[in-house]
Amino acid sequence: MSNPTKMRATVTNGVTEVRALLQHEMETGRRKDESGKLVPACYITDFKAQHNGRTVLEGQFGTSVSKNPLLVFRFKGGKAGDKLAFSWTDNRGEKRTDEVTIG
Amino acid sequence: MQGIDRSTMDSSRRHALRAGVGLGVFGLLATLGLLPKSAWAGVDRKVFEAKSLKEAFQAMGGLAPVDSNLINLDVPETAENGAMVPVTVESRFPRTEQIAILVEKNPTALVENLTIADGTEGYISTRIKMAQTSSVIALVKADGKFYKAVKEVKVTAGGC
Repeated sequence: MSNPTKMRATVTNGVTEVRALLQHEMETGRRKDESGKLVPACYITDFKAQHNGRTVLEGQFGTSVSKNPLLVFRFKGGKAGDKLAFSWTDNRGEKRTDEVTIG
Repeated sequence: MQGIDRSTMDSSRRHALRAGVGLGVFGLLATLGLLPKSAWAGVDRKVFEAKSLKEAFQAMGGLAPVDSNLINLDVPETAENGAMVPVTVESRFPRTEQIAILVEKNPTALVENLTIADGTEGYISTRIKMAQTSSVIALVKADGKFYKAVKEVKVTAGGC
């Protein structure tokens, strides 16, 4: 089970700044555990942020994004009370979508 | 003038072909735009397997990104923990379509690729892993052209 993306979205002068902290191990597949065995790769491959059903930012990750990836981005058109949905999917097919209310 | 243009074009075509071979048939097809893009628009996943900067640039369609002072790349001079290096990219191009972050000396060069929608600012702040001291590159696509900004980050403890 994955954990919810921690998010904060605030609008100032018509620009909404979103701070998203995705909860994910982001294993590269190159790290070894204590017994010397390779830990299999497990990382987010795709994400998408949507405001009122419109995609404002989407992207893809490789294995070199830090554990619990941070993304800070800004878009126009958001209003206080609007919802922002953030989805990700990883290389094992795990998916999740979380929502935050713009404040 | 025309002569110069032609030779530049020929040389980038040669590079493109070489990169295609380097990445295998998939890379070549991706370079030519013949492969379906991943489910969520952006680049083909194969781009993330590119080992060198050159391969990655070419697979992304940006054969020769031009240095631009309209891109602000904010990274620390020295990173004590290579597992968590803060990177902020700000593009002042009026129509920024794409921002990608690459690390020259990581096992694979491309770290992340972002598609910037209309109305979204050409700005991203994130954290990346770095295996060793290396150049960090912000690649920006604006109005169909590729631009870049490059900075060196000294890594005291690698985190890949």
